[in-house]
Amino acid sequence: MRSMIAALAFFSLACSANAETMEERTAACFACHGEKGQSETENTPSLGGQQAPYALIQLFMFREKLRTFEPMNDMAKGFTDDDLQKFSDLISKLPKPKPPEDAGEGAKMQRGLALVQQHRCNNCHNADLSGKENVPRIANQREDYLNKTLGEYKDNTRHGYDATMADVMQVVTKEQIADLAYYIAHVR
Amino acid sequence: MYGAAAQQPASPPAAAPLPPGSPMIGRPDNEAAQKLAPVAPPPLAAAPDKLPLAKLKVPAGFNIEVYAAGMANARSLALGDKGTVFVGSRLLDKVYAIINKDGKREVKVIASGLYRPNGVAFKDGTLYIAELSKVSKIEKIEDNLDNPPKPVVIYDNLPKDEAHGWKFIAIGPDNKLYVPVGQPGNNVLHDENHGQIRRINLDGSGAEVVARGVRNTVGFDWNPETKQLYFTDNSRDWMSEDLPNDELNRITKVGEHFGSPYCWQGNIPDPEFGWGHSCSEFTPPVGLMGPHAAALGMRFYTGSMFPKTFKNAIIVARHGSWNKTVKFGGDVVVVHLNKDGTVKNIEPLITGFLEDNKYVGRPVDVMQLKDGSLLVSDDWNGAVWRVTYGKQKVAGQ
Repeated sequence: MRSMIAALAFFSLACSANAETMEERTAACFACHGEKGQSETENTPSLGGQQAPYALIQLFMFREKLRTFEPMNDMAKGFTDDDLQKFSDLISKLPKPKPPEDAGEGAKMQRGLALVQQHRCNNCHNADLSGKENVPRIANQREDYLNKTLGEYKDNTRHGYDATMADVMQVVTKEQIADLAYYIAHVR
Repeated sequence: MYGAAAQQPASPPAAAPLPPGSPMIGRPDNEAAQKLAPVAPPPLAAAPDKLPLAKLKVPAGFNIEVYAAGMANARSLALGDKGTVFVGSRLLDKVYAIINKDGKREVKVIASGLYRPNGVAFKDGTLYIAELSKVSKIEKIEDNLDNPPKPVVIYDNLPKDEAHGWKFIAIGPDNKLYVPVGQPGNNVLHDENHGQIRRINLDGSGAEVVARGVRNTVGFDWNPETKQLYFTDNSRDWMSEDLPNDELNRITKVGEHFGSPYCWQGNIPDPEFGWGHSCSEFTPPVGLMGPHAAALGMRFYTGSMFPKTFKNAIIVARHGSWNKTVKFGGDVVVVHLNKDGTVKNIEPLITGFLEDNKYVGRPVDVMQLKDGSLLVSDDWNGAVWRVTYGKQKVAGQ
């Protein structure tokens, strides 16, 4: 949390200076979301390789407080429409996150794969879970963030842009969320 | 499903069956189906100079122009007594007003911080707003457009489901507010409080269910001659590319059941829930609106600007399909009725929203202005279009 506050302070500075380059402005993003968008911060997603339309929707929702997470709501507060577009394009061009070094525990991976197939995650999110358009890349996202997000969709504390994920998660159990998150984080 | 699996020997072993209630039920496990997913509109309204006006086509004698732009995710329309046009949104938290003043139009946000405020209705100076699970009102709204008071909740005895939870609302000739409660998922059995249209008094009292077996209606209006309620209903996904059709329904008696989730389009028993039922148990639609077409907003045309054949015909906005390889709909059509109130034929009024199987716009709601011209909301562009007939007064296409 301390690093986040520091990042926030830095970001406010970055934003107040209009002449700042995009590179300078994105330094604040990377303070939490990791170098080149490969997050090493708890519960904080990697941004690299994210689908630009999805990233735009999320930044927009943070700005409009349709998705609530205070640090991000503050960050996006002063963004113009053009900023939203620029940042989402930039995020999409960062390298996609790498899978963890360990291949994942066999039985857990098997259970996760079966759930991905059963619930057709691999349809909207693509066979390799790289996402498409407004559907996000989830492959090799941080496991803790996946766990948190799937749980929030299930109990509707995170409001999606549309109802799709709330609808899908209704029938997925809490135990299954853990296996799904593990598999998606480790998928190769 | 077995056939598809047989054509793909290399694919992994068949997935476990989906648990009951999953929105993915019926979704075949093949490459073509995997390409289909709900299409989300851009969150930012199109800039006025980027609107696809030049791509939209209307029949000879009709004209189309931009009425107002800059209203991200513009959805349902309602008309105030003093000519203000109110516009709801589904993916944002805002209700907009298009204000007509000294021949100029201005867009204002008149309510924000709302949750999926898709529905708007107007009566005797009061604006009614339907969010996902509550209905509220703002009295004397047109006298307070510069500083509107916060909406006051009149009714919130509604489920909170996200799926088909957003609402179209309208006030009937009986002076009651009609509020739909969608089926909470693509194809699910549900309790008595879902899959219906109910009506309430304008103070929120006296709720009564007027229709059941309604999957997801996002538009309705009353026949000006018979006073019967007609409503569009979106049929289920994943049965097939070309079936079932969306429905145009008519309520002839209170409490009628229109089939969902047991029977579709009046003659197709649901492969899962149709067992033990017959389509003859349910009220069939008066007309079919096309497969996965997403027939949404609809109004009877009562004006005198359009040709005589439009009198008391229904104009319907078809938002357009997602659950279909070659997209269908994404247009505004006119539905002519037979003397018995059933559908005679359907003709296009606005086309061109669909280009190379991609949307450049998506019509949501239609509404007639006092001069007989027609407004059409578009949630893809965050704009409202206006269709006129006869000699064009505005320069444009």
